[in-house]
Amino acid sequence: MPLRSDIKKVLMIGSGPIVIGQAAEFDYAGTQACRALKEEGLQVVLVNSNPATIMTDQAMADKIYIEPLTLEVVKRIIEIEKPDSVLSTLGGQTGLTLCMQLAEEGFLEEHHVKLLGADPLTIHKAEDRQAFKDTMEKIGEPCIPSKVVQTVEDAVAFCREEIGYPAIVRPAFTLGGTGGGIAQNEEELRDIATNGLRLSPITQVLIEKCISGWKEIEFEVIRDRKGNVITVCSMENVDPVGVHTGDSIVVAPAVTLSDKEYQMLRTASLHIISELKVEGGCNCQFALHPTSFEYAVIEVNPRVSRSSALASKATGYPIAKVAAKIAIGYTLDEIVNAVTGKTYACFEPALDYLVVKFPKWPFDKFVYANRTLGTQMKATGEVMSIGTSFEHAMMKAVRGIELGMDTLRLPKFEALTDEEVTAKLHDTDDERIFAVYEAICRGIPFDTIHSITMIDHWFLGKLSNLARLEKRLKTEPLTDTLYLAAKKFGYLDSTIERLSGQKIAYPRFAAFKMVDTCAAEFAAETPYFYSTYDEENEAAEFIAHRNSDKRKVIVFGAGPIRIGQGIEFDYCSVHCVWSLKKAGCEAVICNNNPETVSTDFDTGDRLYFDPLTKEDVKSIIDTEKPYGVVVQFGGQTAIKLTQYLDELGVRILGTSADSVDEAEDRERFDALLERCGIPRPQGHTVFTTKEALAAANELTYPVLLRPSYVLGGQNMIIAHNDQDVIEYMAIITSHELKNPVLIDKYMMGIEVEVDAICDGEDFLIPGIMQHIERAGVHSGDSISVYPAQTLSPRIRDTIVDYTGRLARELHVVGLMNIQYVVYRDEVYIIEVNPRSSRTVPYISKVTGVPMIDIATKIMLGDTLKGLGYPTGLYPEHDFVTVKVPVFSFSKLHNVDTQLGPEMKSTGEVLGIAPNLQQALIKGLVAAGYQMERTGGVLFTVRDGDKNELIPIADKFAQLGFELYATSGTASKLNHNMIATNSVRKISEDPQNNVLTLLDSGKINYVISTSEKGREPAKDSVRIRRKAVERSIVCLTSLDTANALADCLKTGVTMADIPLVDITTI
Amino acid sequence: MQEQHKRWLLLADGTLFEGYGFGADKTVVGETVFATGMTGYQETLTDPSYYGQIVTQTFPLVGNYGINSFDFESDRCYLSGYIVREWCEIPSNFRSEKTLDAFLKEQGIVGLCGIDTRRLTRIIRESGVMNGVLTDQKPEPDYWLPKLGRFTIQNAVRSVTCDMPHITKAEPEHFRVTLMDYGYKHNIERELVKRGCTVTVLPATATEAEILATMPDGIMLSNGPGNPAENTEAIETLRALRAHRIPTFGICLGHQLLALANGAVTEKLKYGHRGGNQPVIDLRLDRTFVTSQNHGYAVVNNSIPPEVGEVSHKNANDGTCEGVRYHGVPAFTVQFHPEACGGPQDTAYLFDEFLALMTKEGDC
Repeated sequence: MPLRSDIKKVLMIGSGPIVIGQAAEFDYAGTQACRALKEEGLQVVLVNSNPATIMTDQAMADKIYIEPLTLEVVKRIIEIEKPDSVLSTLGGQTGLTLCMQLAEEGFLEEHHVKLLGADPLTIHKAEDRQAFKDTMEKIGEPCIPSKVVQTVEDAVAFCREEIGYPAIVRPAFTLGGTGGGIAQNEEELRDIATNGLRLSPITQVLIEKCISGWKEIEFEVIRDRKGNVITVCSMENVDPVGVHTGDSIVVAPAVTLSDKEYQMLRTASLHIISELKVEGGCNCQFALHPTSFEYAVIEVNPRVSRSSALASKATGYPIAKVAAKIAIGYTLDEIVNAVTGKTYACFEPALDYLVVKFPKWPFDKFVYANRTLGTQMKATGEVMSIGTSFEHAMMKAVRGIELGMDTLRLPKFEALTDEEVTAKLHDTDDERIFAVYEAICRGIPFDTIHSITMIDHWFLGKLSNLARLEKRLKTEPLTDTLYLAAKKFGYLDSTIERLSGQKIAYPRFAAFKMVDTCAAEFAAETPYFYSTYDEENEAAEFIAHRNSDKRKVIVFGAGPIRIGQGIEFDYCSVHCVWSLKKAGCEAVICNNNPETVSTDFDTGDRLYFDPLTKEDVKSIIDTEKPYGVVVQFGGQTAIKLTQYLDELGVRILGTSADSVDEAEDRERFDALLERCGIPRPQGHTVFTTKEALAAANELTYPVLLRPSYVLGGQNMIIAHNDQDVIEYMAIITSHELKNPVLIDKYMMGIEVEVDAICDGEDFLIPGIMQHIERAGVHSGDSISVYPAQTLSPRIRDTIVDYTGRLARELHVVGLMNIQYVVYRDEVYIIEVNPRSSRTVPYISKVTGVPMIDIATKIMLGDTLKGLGYPTGLYPEHDFVTVKVPVFSFSKLHNVDTQLGPEMKSTGEVLGIAPNLQQALIKGLVAAGYQMERTGGVLFTVRDGDKNELIPIADKFAQLGFELYATSGTASKLNHNMIATNSVRKISEDPQNNVLTLLDSGKINYVISTSEKGREPAKDSVRIRRKAVERSIVCLTSLDTANALADCLKTGVTMADIPLVDITTI
Repeated sequence: MQEQHKRWLLLADGTLFEGYGFGADKTVVGETVFATGMTGYQETLTDPSYYGQIVTQTFPLVGNYGINSFDFESDRCYLSGYIVREWCEIPSNFRSEKTLDAFLKEQGIVGLCGIDTRRLTRIIRESGVMNGVLTDQKPEPDYWLPKLGRFTIQNAVRSVTCDMPHITKAEPEHFRVTLMDYGYKHNIERELVKRGCTVTVLPATATEAEILATMPDGIMLSNGPGNPAENTEAIETLRALRAHRIPTFGICLGHQLLALANGAVTEKLKYGHRGGNQPVIDLRLDRTFVTSQNHGYAVVNNSIPPEVGEVSHKNANDGTCEGVRYHGVPAFTVQFHPEACGGPQDTAYLFDEFLALMTKEGDC
């Protein structure tokens, strides 16, 4: 059955902004799907609010709407575009839920739109808890004893009468299990269930018998409409049931199951997908009793998921592409296996390696966050590693996750006593694997470790192999045999030398093996490799066989998604690869993030799936012998390699290592600014607390403190007094201080950001962005407006002029990003980064300037003039666009939501409209703001903000909002003739205070600023956390609040604002 | 760190692999093949079809869940040697009783570990299955290569078939099935008994008269090792049985033997199909199933006389014959293993079809 003849125009719904639980994997899936549909000559209409994605690129679809993913917007797009079909299974939970709503309302039928992928009945059977249970019962697949409830009382009764404690609470239809948890007793149950019911869009939670400690096994399954079914991959979680699979270390394939158990669960997966009649990909999660054949189906996702991205990369099987082809009518036996080119998609991959997935958590940024792992996912990203053994893959994973570790030994655990280590095993948190390893190193018995963690003996055994090897390295002469054993276990040369204290006599070189879906059974042409210490280098063979005379260029990717280094850098890396290919180069990618487009094996000419450390990168260079390498598109992960690569004598395309250093090194940078005649906030470089205090007092408070070489404002604070400086320096100096601390005068002015493309002579600024929030809020967390709205011509000219001076003086070749602050009508420079930035995809899309493409061509020798671009500022168009940050605060307990110099957002959305207010309304709606026009507003602001609050509060009052404020703020407002209800502090009255007010449902907006935050016990933090829990909009900058009030004042709603197909810009 | 003592594999093309020994310590010659299953090593080790072969696992970690008493597919190991990248010293599974190493020692099977099994697999893929020797003395090519050149697997079926008939009763009994033991996997018997068939297992050497004496409602032709064409007597017996119109279901070698008895031809595949992920198209259903396979020979597609039968299944990867449906006689056979163990259970429905065939023929 080939392509259905009744499908001509397909609407694809993306997954929206990156949030915890829904990340880059859906850009990967959506991009693959768009390409698959376009390949078939279908017209593709795309809607996704996330501008940082590759799928929203001009080349990916025929019509592209970067618009809020709300039911109303999707309906309007359907009315405008009149697609004949909509694809439901490739846009994550967001896309699936929207499709289901459209179908249930009868809208699709009414507009003659077919739902492809999963039909409403399938979605209902998989997603509705009770329907799912009934379906499983019908086909004899066991579920965990559970009950769907809609009230807390029912939940309590079910636990009391039937399943006891602990019990798991799972809200229906929430991302990554938001609002779920494990209740140990009735009190906890009441808490979690209340929260879960509120977060569930259908006010429904599942109360379930707790089966923590069972093995957690997943299968990725694909079915077509003929009924052909296959499993692509099995996966086993190292962390047993109880930890969300997104937060678990996972291996593929499953390793502790005998064939009997494996086939039992595989057959169950096939039965489930057949009964659900999914046409496409599906993910089945099972819990398997560790000492019997008893199992239970935990969850089924009738769509492409994070696990399917992992399974695709782990096996080489392109699940999203195949799922898209199936959705439009093809069957598995008709789709050619792209890997072998000879066989068909209707087969199951055979692996001859082991894959480990390791999550990346944001706890290094959010030091006060609750690190406990449970049913609610907390990781922002992940790395995958491929090895010939578990040990090998695990060692690659641990260094790939960029925690600064090269073994599983966490230094701070080495100081603990055995009892403390054993106690630490009880904490199910991000560091548990390191505690387990520490316990193994100390010879704490497996049975003890297992009984506490329920981690299978198999994994403990393999970890003990690593411990044994490390011990041998520390105690034995470093013979070639021992050295080779260590290399085969994945240790870096530097680690081996560090542990053994001996020099490696004859270093060995990595040999690369191919990922070919078939364990070498068939000759494959997949240019997808991983490093080993085996004999044959298949990559070298592949290159020799290809015998291409093209210039080879390696592009280094950005590693795991984390706060501050997100999907934008994958966008940049992928675009660079595409441009290189177009320019006649062979483009080689090196990255270790399975969620991305860059690690799709057909993005570049070759893919190396390995960590981005010096040695790993050198191995690739040794095999590839490239013409040059590109480091400026892979965020800090890639730029960090610059100096090393330069020392190796590798040609760095674009801006030189020396210029990178000049921009990062404070003294050299100051000298540079001096030469250019550009002012910057006064500042100093310090190493000690004493120096810091002296500098701060000379500059006068407030001052900004940060370590040099950072991304995403890590560890950056604004200090208002000596105490702040002392506290900060104490934290920073507790780590090894390799790089100095920078201390600057903090200027609270308008923040302006510029990305520029430079060829060493000329420079092009596609657009000047102005932030809604004044300096002090990290640029990644600010609402960024293009074109800048309130800058005078003189200021704009100055910014263009400064940018040009810097470009020339730094000899930038490629991209640079500059942040300016406009303070008392003067322009100061805050920061220069001679590399691509977070805003590049955004500004490329809204200006239509293909920044990465131009930058790549320039790095290869073209000039702006030669490419036909002017120098200076690119002409602006009639639209106003805003980039609005999106946060994942509901997933991260105890994290203060107050914005500051340290970045906290995980994603972003776009708003595009004829004027600023309308663009803002769109952006805020896309970011999830309800834009309520009535109800209450609660103000609680620091003293310094009180005067400025008056006009803003007045705007809310005039809009008819009821105003509330804590006593100080209330009295200030009331004194200024703005009627405000005074609310008691938490300590003043347990029954009637600011928190109970938030619980009452009267409040729709909270505007909260405080001198200090972070610590969860502080009242201000508790208020903001309560707002998150209650899903109340909480603004922590007066600028944002003012902008929001102005938007509301226009009276315009989303329905009044035209939708924009950005391909028409 | 499995570095007890060195062991070598020398292939007939002169390629030498140096690894470490495990399992039994002796020198063996065999036909080197690779199997791609990621689970099911215990079933592989005890599958008589591997008689005379040195089996290489492409999945690098073997022995993860140990060896138990329940998953044997025959009474012992019949293969000659076993090659893995790494065997698991600390297996983990609630049914595990011993390590792979201990089991191979017990069974007298030579193991080799610590080699680049992917490299070996690629050599076999490119050059075809190849004889090889496993030995603890670094092998002298001058001595070994002529020997390897001469080696062939002989009398395979006779070496693995049972000596005496035996019966497993089904309760309640719906049918009586006679299972021809060319080297049968126990799960064939289990699948039949589970469906109410009393199974009489006969040695491969059983004559037409001996078979008929069991009064079968159906005949099951089992899997087995070696070159099918070598089994001339068994082929003759099957040809003679044709006239009796007894419902017949053949698997693997049984499939090949019945094809040969009906005038078809078999050929040796370059490197065979061994694993749990082979896609097979059931031409009648127009459906593709993932199957478990272990064979080095195949029935030549167009060698089946059209009046005798037709190809019912074909391999989705290379188009080779995976099944035959016969005309005029109630018989069908498949090249793959619907009994699974190890491998997917997706084609177990064929046992139901066999039962349906016996029901239909019984009614006639």
